[in-house]
Formats: sequence, C-alpha cells, structure tokens
Amino acid sequence: MLNFATPVSPCPSLLDSSLLFPVSLRVIDRKIKAHLPTKAHSQVSIMNMSESVQVTNNLTNPEASSQRTLYPYVTGTSVVAIKYKDGILMAADMGGSYGSTLRYKSVERMKSVGKHSVLGASGEISDFQEILRYLDELILHDNMWDDGNSLGPKEVHNYLTRLMYNRRNKFNPLWNSLVLGGVKNGQKYLGSVSMIGVHFEDNHVATGFGNHLARPILRDEWKEDLSFEEGVKLLEKCMRVLLYRDRSAVNKLQIAKLTEEGMTISQPYSLKTFWGYGAFQNPTVGAEGSW
Amino acid sequence: MENMDLNAPHSMGTTIIGVTYDGGVVLGADSRTSTGMYVANRASDKITQLTDNVYICRSGSAADSQIVSDYVRYFLHQHTIQLGQPATVKVAANLVRLLSYNNKNMLQTGIIVGGWDKYEGGKIYGVPLGGTIIEQPFAIGGSGSSYLYGFFDQAWKEGMSKDEAEQLVVKAVSLAIARDGASGGVVRTVIINSDGVTRNFYPGDTLPLWHEELEPQNSLLDILNAPAPEPMNI
Repeated sequence: MLNFATPVSPCPSLLDSSLLFPVSLRVIDRKIKAHLPTKAHSQVSIMNMSESVQVTNNLTNPEASSQRTLYPYVTGTSVVAIKYKDGILMAADMGGSYGSTLRYKSVERMKSVGKHSVLGASGEISDFQEILRYLDELILHDNMWDDGNSLGPKEVHNYLTRLMYNRRNKFNPLWNSLVLGGVKNGQKYLGSVSMIGVHFEDNHVATGFGNHLARPILRDEWKEDLSFEEGVKLLEKCMRVLLYRDRSAVNKLQIAKLTEEGMTISQPYSLKTFWGYGAFQNPTVGAEGSW
Repeated sequence: MENMDLNAPHSMGTTIIGVTYDGGVVLGADSRTSTGMYVANRASDKITQLTDNVYICRSGSAADSQIVSDYVRYFLHQHTIQLGQPATVKVAANLVRLLSYNNKNMLQTGIIVGGWDKYEGGKIYGVPLGGTIIEQPFAIGGSGSSYLYGFFDQAWKEGMSKDEAEQLVVKAVSLAIARDGASGGVVRTVIINSDGVTRNFYPGDTLPLWHEELEPQNSLLDILNAPAPEPMNI
C-alpha cells in the first residue's frame, strides 16, 4: 500500500495542490524550472531576455548576474535540541526576522520528515522551505520503493550534509543551520549541519545564538535518560536565556517531541520572564548616570 | 551614503496591505510611484489582477513586480485552461514564490497575494524579498508598512465584517501615507469574495486628517474673507 508520507503537512506547497491536480501544475512547474538558472552556469534565466541587459546590470547592480546567494532576508534564530529517555526534544521560537524588525511571529521552524525524523532550521526561511521540498521528494521516492524500508534520521542527516556542502562548493549556499533529530528501531539520533556543510552528531545541539548561550547550560545539566518533564524544563531554561539575550528572539515557541511512535509538536506558547531583581529596579543607585 | 549598511533589507517605496475577513479578502495600496525624489506617477494602480479571483499587491521595483505578475498571470491562465476550473489562491501564491525565490539575486520586489477560492475561502499570502511564502490572516508590505506594525498589533482582530475590514485597510494606508514620503496619492482597495470583485477608490479629501494636518482650502482668500466669529454672550 503506497504510503504518502508526512502526517504533519509542511508549509503550503505546490505539492499539496499537485496531489489534487496532478497533471497541469507539474508541467508548469517543470517549465518554470527549465528556465531557472542551472547550478553549473547561469544567465539563461526567465528574467534575462537579451545580452545587452547584462552590461548595464553589471555596472549598476554588480550582484545581479551572480549565482551566489549573498545575504539572507527573512531569518529564524536559534534551534535547541536534546536526546532524552524516549527520543528527541527540540525547541525553536516562531519568529521570522527581517533585518532588525521582528516581522513574522508565527513561522513554524520545525517540521517532521518521513516517519522517523524532525528537522529544525535557523537562517533564511525561503531556503528552509526549499529544503523541505527537497526532503518531500526524497521521502516520496523512498516510499515509492514500497519495500518496507524507510529512511532513518542518520540517512536524512547525511542527505542534508551532502546538499549543504555541495551548494557551499558552488558558492551558492542554502543560508541555514539545520538540526536533524530522530528515533528508529530504538536508536536515538541527533545531528546538526551548517550552511557550509560542517556536520556532527551529539547528545545535544543548537544553532546560532544557541551555540553560545544554550550549549554551556546543556553541557552542565544534560544527562543520559532524562524524563520528558526534565527535558522540557531544560529546554525551557535554554529558551528563556535566549529570550533575554538574543535580540531576534520572539516570545512564542514550540517544542517538538519525537519518539518511536512519531512526532508531536506542541501548540505555540509563551514563557514567563523574571525582572524582579533589586538591581533592576534601581540600577544606578550609588553611581548616577551609569547604566 | 557610503556609510549605509549595504546588507540591510532595502525598504520599498509603497504601502500595501492584505486583510482576510469573514467571507473574503480586502487588498489595499497607495498610488505613488517614485523615481528617486520625483513622483513619476501619482495615481498608479498597485493592485494587479492575476485571475478573476486572485489579485496581488506589488511593492519594490515597479519593473520587477510587473514582470513577475505578467509571468504568473500567463502561467495561471494556462493552468486554468488545463484544470478546467478557477485556480486556487495557494497555487497563484506558489507561482509567485517560485519566480521570487529562483531569481532572488536579481529581483527586488515584495508581493502580497490575495483572493478567494471555493476550497479555502479568502486567503492572504505574503511573499517578501528572498521568496519566503507565508500564509497570514493579514499582511503588510512596502516602506510605509514600517509605520503600521504597531497600528495592526492594536487594531487587528479576527472575524471582522467586510466593511470593518475595508475601513481598517483605508485607515491604515492613510496613516502610512501621512508619515512615509515614498507613499502617497489615493487609496485603492479591492474586495474579493464569493460574489466577485469590487474596486474602490478613496481620494485624499475623503480620508480623515491626522496629527498636524489641516483641512484643505481653495485659497487663503477664503480664510481671510470668512465671516467674523460670533461675539460671546457673557
């Protein structure tokens, strides 16, 4: 029986509507992709109609003809994840920043992948959405074999590593830091991949600011076989510190739990913060003008 | 100018808004197109039709947003013929995303896609710089939108009626025009629901006056010649 994956559907995708209207959209999708800048060499894009356009573009906008991603626009901040007794716990806030503006506050930055894995991402959201599409296709082909096997977290992590590293080699990276966690046949797996293809596997991982603020806490307080409650409290401790100290953090987060049974992602919720230190009330007592 | 942070997202000369309400969507925009400091067109129409039931608000480079909308209209037209029924808003938004994402190094345009289809009702999708696609109950874009984040945080609520939604949009665009030099002119709105599409036009004199703005007059002479105020009855 063909099993089209992902009970938790990813962000609005061409694929969703394609399942309802198979023929025409895939044709148009392919037509658009045929015009797209190919990875090896560029310039035959849907937008470039003539050679002369290139000349002025190169003077007034030297980056236009390049095929490298130069900088991110809409970005997500830290993702933190740990192994616990029954599997993996991952936390990420729901913010999508646009430069210094906290523009989008309901972005889901963690998504399930196949039956056994969950992917969390920080960095450019459009590139994360594209990675989800690549993974959709990977899982689809995996299911189409219909052989009873399914890609586990280790395999998906390896796929993502290759994806990120190969893009890095072409100077056109997917501007993300990824966290991939999962459980298969009782084996827990938690790995991380950066935008330049640096990858590793550990009991606890974090991206972005989480590397500097969360990992020291985890190094101190993580232990083998944490209960669900202990794990959630530990992640919340990390997320609260990030909320205090990361300018792009947003107080609306989700925690994903991944066990042998599957993935559940919590409803969005907010953390209480503490400001009741005496020194906060009167910070400049004894030193007027200081801060 | 040399000290500008060249890597900050470019702000875009416009105010565009898309809002869902109970039964459909309301799209709104200002009408100013500027070339540097000069207003090239003071009555532009930034709300562009893609199909009978899907419209987009364009911001950023006028050329880039126009070419993207032309391509998407062309693809959607083909798609509608092959499908045999009206395209959905989600499909239209995804086509916009494909072009924006795959040409991200060359394009400078932020787009709000809004419409109504029989499967999902009224929907708004934002496609900002970079080609992220994000479904939202309401979306704001363009340089004028900076002045509206606080306003919408306070004034937006779920389940508005068509008239409430349109009034909110008109008020918001009008507030942005008051403070953003790159936005101005008239307020245009487009309402899309199961009954069809309605275009509305709100010139400056129909809009409320904000802080430090005065009632427009024909001439100083009218003020000088105005009848003297009534003496007080003490």
